[in-house]
Amino acid sequence: MKALITTWLAAALLMFGSLAQADLTIEITRGSDRATPIAVVPFGGGDALPEDVARIIHDNLARSGYFDPLERNAMFEQPTTRDEVRFGDWRALDARYLVVGTARQEGDGYRIQYELMDVNGERRMLGEVVTASDGELRGAGHYISDQIFEAITDIRGAFSTQIAYVTARGTGEDIRFVLHVADADGHNSQQILSSDEPILSPAWSPDGRKLAYVSFETERPAIYIQNLNSGERVRATSFEGINGAPAWSPDGRKLAMSLSKDGQPEIYVMDIGARDFQRLTDNSSIDTEPSWAPDGRSLVFTSDRSGGPQLYRHDLASGESERLTFTGNYNARGRFAPDGESLFLIHGGDRGYQVARQALDSGRLVVLSDSSQDESPSVAPNGTMVIFATQQGNRGVLGAVSADGRSSFRLPSAEGDVREPAWSPFLD
Amino acid sequence: MQLKPYAKCLALALSLAVLTGCASRGGSEDGMAGSADGSRDGAAGTDTSRSGQVSGSRMGDDDARQQADTRIPDVRTIYFDYDSDAIQSEFEPVLTSHARYLRENSSASVVLQGHTDERGTREYNMALSERRAGAVERFLNVQGVSSSQIDVVAYGEERPAAQGNDEDTYAQNRRVVFAY
Repeated sequence: MKALITTWLAAALLMFGSLAQADLTIEITRGSDRATPIAVVPFGGGDALPEDVARIIHDNLARSGYFDPLERNAMFEQPTTRDEVRFGDWRALDARYLVVGTARQEGDGYRIQYELMDVNGERRMLGEVVTASDGELRGAGHYISDQIFEAITDIRGAFSTQIAYVTARGTGEDIRFVLHVADADGHNSQQILSSDEPILSPAWSPDGRKLAYVSFETERPAIYIQNLNSGERVRATSFEGINGAPAWSPDGRKLAMSLSKDGQPEIYVMDIGARDFQRLTDNSSIDTEPSWAPDGRSLVFTSDRSGGPQLYRHDLASGESERLTFTGNYNARGRFAPDGESLFLIHGGDRGYQVARQALDSGRLVVLSDSSQDESPSVAPNGTMVIFATQQGNRGVLGAVSADGRSSFRLPSAEGDVREPAWSPFLD
Repeated sequence: MQLKPYAKCLALALSLAVLTGCASRGGSEDGMAGSADGSRDGAAGTDTSRSGQVSGSRMGDDDARQQADTRIPDVRTIYFDYDSDAIQSEFEPVLTSHARYLRENSSASVVLQGHTDERGTREYNMALSERRAGAVERFLNVQGVSSSQIDVVAYGEERPAAQGNDEDTYAQNRRVVFAY
């Protein structure tokens, strides 16, 4: 996996400019009141390694909103194996789970041994030895985080995934737009494309190998599909007018999009292999921001056919569209939860534009974020978090909120605006 | 609707950089009455404050007369209300000046760049900005400009003219730019 990334990165650099190492940092803004207490003890021998793997795990679990990891300075002792654990001490600290381990260099790489314990049951839930080559230490920390998260929550961890996003620096004619891919925790950011014309709407293919996006590099919008391994890319569409909002079908064979070649933005589905187009909507209003249902049988999209933007669902078999949102005057850019049972969207109301979730069966809409200029929600592949673009001061930053709204964090960039996050699928 | 003939007259007059009135131009294809004279028109008083925006020419009279048809109007941005693609009457003279330029220079072409403020979702804003540029295109069409001379590019909120989170900033960003 990492080796592949290195390969495409080299290709991308040749084609698209220099590497800008501008990782995003994470600030947890709201901790969940229902988070489970866990202690991730510093790994024995970990001090000698270039990355603090136990810290990576601690931070991942904290960010998820599901866990409230114990601070290191509150730990009485630092066991590294199960035999050293005195469960009573950890019960006294209210830790329900405990992670201990060792980490050391071995040959050209690293060997990490970890164990997950249920403190009340005084039993080992997981134990594993993970080897990592040079440069893969963070990846190993994410892998272990995924194992721990799933063992306790029964939900697949999404810490080994990535996010794509766009940064913009400068103003007026001097704006520089850069499309990046980084680890889900904001580290290891890599530049995919740099342009002095807008880049927006990155969308991951379901296999995680390609990004579709809109670039204005020819001074008009076109949709491109770029292979992240090879750096190769093709221009998928460059019709007159808007070429926007690409969205992959779950089988990866089709791309839904918004095209205004016939006068106003309509939803089309492009068969990528055959390069033919099926038009789904036909009216004089705006139809854009399509998103596929996980079963591939329907799409949601934004339309202002009722006067303002609302979400509609188009059933591919019947060809019929039905309106889904009725709360307030502005509901746009819907994205399905992975289970297909709810939508994440941008809801405009008295408090500005916020990330909200609407259950499809009840139609009930709940605002999740506490910011006011939110855009571009993108759902983690395990459905636990939504990442979105928002404002902090006068600067664009990425925010994330748990699917229940109980916890949130921000990923500010050191420089410039960050926007248009897209959470990758599971990468394996 | 009274404004339009006047606006045409004013725009023409300003493009000549001399307020001599439309009649002096002679041979006008606007179909305007020869007596329509911006400097005497009762409506002129209310609009003179904007004429500075529309004009800005520093050419002499003779140069102006010779170059009037070949000079691109100076004001190349018009602004819109929130969530609206309606062309405000105060900007009709600007549009009329561009319509005249394009009519009389059939080899000239313009890209209408539509923009929105940053509120709301990006792709929806892309569509709104296309609507704004489309409204300008229709206005130019009605004034006799060929569609083949007009290209529309919708930028949505991607290229703000000003940065900030206040109404002043938003107002500066809701615009259509004439790019020649």
